[in-house]
Amino acid sequence: MSEISRDVIIVGGGLIGLTTAHALATSGITSHVIDSQDITATVDPLYDGRASAIASASVKMLKLIGLWERLAQSAQPIWEIRVTDSDSPQFIHFDAAHSNESGPNESGPNESGPLGYMMENRQLRAALQGKARESDAITLHAPVHITGLCQSETHASVTLANGTVLKAPLLIAADGRKSWVRDQVGIRTSHWGYGQAAIITTVSHREPHGDIAHERFLPDGPFAILPMLDDAEGRHRSAIVLTVSEATGHAMMALPDRPFQAEIASRFGDFLGPVAVISKRWSWPLGALAAEKLTTGRVVLVGDSAHGIHPIAGQGLNLGFRDVAALAEVLTEGLRLGLDLGDQVLQKRYERWRRPDMMLLLGVTDGLNRLFSNNLAGLARLRQHGMGAVNRLPKLKKFFMNQARGEGERQPKLLRGLNL
Amino acid sequence: MNASAATSINEHEIDKFNALAASWWNPDGPSKVLFAMGPARMGYIKRQLVSHFDLDANARYPLKGLKILDLGCGAGLISEPLARLGADVTGIDAAQENIMMARAHAKQTGLDIEYIPTTAEALVIDKKQFNAVVSLEVIEHVADAQDFAKSCHALLKPGGMFLFSTLNRTLESYAVAIVGAEYMTRLVPRGTHEWKKFITPAEMAEILTVAQFRSVRIEGLNYQPVHKSWAIGANKSINYIGAAIRIEV
Repeated sequence: MSEISRDVIIVGGGLIGLTTAHALATSGITSHVIDSQDITATVDPLYDGRASAIASASVKMLKLIGLWERLAQSAQPIWEIRVTDSDSPQFIHFDAAHSNESGPNESGPNESGPLGYMMENRQLRAALQGKARESDAITLHAPVHITGLCQSETHASVTLANGTVLKAPLLIAADGRKSWVRDQVGIRTSHWGYGQAAIITTVSHREPHGDIAHERFLPDGPFAILPMLDDAEGRHRSAIVLTVSEATGHAMMALPDRPFQAEIASRFGDFLGPVAVISKRWSWPLGALAAEKLTTGRVVLVGDSAHGIHPIAGQGLNLGFRDVAALAEVLTEGLRLGLDLGDQVLQKRYERWRRPDMMLLLGVTDGLNRLFSNNLAGLARLRQHGMGAVNRLPKLKKFFMNQARGEGERQPKLLRGLNL
Repeated sequence: MNASAATSINEHEIDKFNALAASWWNPDGPSKVLFAMGPARMGYIKRQLVSHFDLDANARYPLKGLKILDLGCGAGLISEPLARLGADVTGIDAAQENIMMARAHAKQTGLDIEYIPTTAEALVIDKKQFNAVVSLEVIEHVADAQDFAKSCHALLKPGGMFLFSTLNRTLESYAVAIVGAEYMTRLVPRGTHEWKKFITPAEMAEILTVAQFRSVRIEGLNYQPVHKSWAIGANKSINYIGAAIRIEV
């Protein structure tokens, strides 16, 4: 039975696990990345048709850790976000030029850059995996099951199904919402379902989208139109995220193609000309989750293993990237002081840094969803006023803008474009 | 006991000390305060070494090539970080028990550190010399601080760096030493704190100058209740940390 030591063990080779490995590698921190799935299969467009909104702050990190060069050509910039309510003439209008203190007159949109980018998850996965295979600092173990996890005074170790034992002073759980590691180490969660499903598909439309994202609060739930790059045949495309009740979701998933297309087209409208569904449809049940703590012993949680939020603001992946950036900064400081990477001082710093942001976003998305997924007349009026208010109050608007960009308070260095 | 006898102790005996080492290394155990000080102390030590020896602070092993003596190493709380940064570390402690615990822990963490149960004076007689001598929370326990400084001088190669931390002799430190008595009495098992023996920064500078050190610098080591952490700062009224260079000739 062989035993191989590296600086950290990362359980989960998805978007967050591999981004963590790359961020740590920039500081010379070596990792084992373990996934029970055949991760090469996850780059197939039929496996995961989702696309993610990547905030501009997250893009700064992807640039610094050498991933953006592999992603830039498949990234669709978002220059503007239009938020509308179904029966309200008011809409909130976020555009890149307005997000700087200086305002549009002093700094044009080209200086501040787009609000973020749309990226297909499979392309992110392909870039993350490709770079991991070329990296000496990252050892991939996939697909392989973990049969045991244990912690000693000085190490965490996992035993793989093939008998290999991997050992490191720190184990990072990036194994998603149903985290096996989290269960093994006994970290409990608070979680609740929204009784809703997100239906995801891709449409083509005759006119270009103009790099604009739309979030519409329709009577049966939020409907998001997210710009994508033209496909190989030159069709203009957008990703659709439709949030509906579970029952409506089941019904929509059961619809034949033509009536499904009609449902999507009626919500989309004709402002970009005729609309056609051009991909499979996927449905995800929606729920929220918060781990009671982010660390225990020599184990630390990142991404969805620590928190799951409502996708209403498109912030789940960005929240996970913030975990990655904070953890990479804390561990790099520890490494440079010669500390044990599993040192409690480091873990407590990470926990104190991340928990407020995580709880804030959980609360905000939960509240937004309750506000916008409800058809009561009183709430409808409240949100009409609310939207007008967001537009009129520069500070409130700036808060939402900064969330979209991922630029809250006390951001980790990588998200500010600074090397570790 | 001499070094060769100490190193001949077999591995099974070392393992017996695992449980004791575990308590020393427990961040909520008797060494809690030292753990909390760890990042600030190591930050200071590394900055001083990197600047004096012109090293690359961001390298994976910035202290590679430096022979460092951790004088009064306890269970290795400073020896281990120094070794992780690439230094060739020798840890000495007069207490055999501490050395056994330090060895047991280093074996678990897989770090290569030479731990010897001996004294500074014995190493001087053996004519051992190092690029740096680190001695934290030790000088307030020694019989004669001036003699101790002289030994540290002898243990350094010309131009080598001496790094120290200790407690000031003020009313604040008196309160802390009483309150913190439990942790401090465990710091050096065979000694207890005597507030009268605490040394002020001015006296420390004088002692080092007399012992043929130059470029003495001293900073405060302060607890920040808001951040629940320690930081280097201007206030030297309780804990302070410093460095000095052995005059080259």
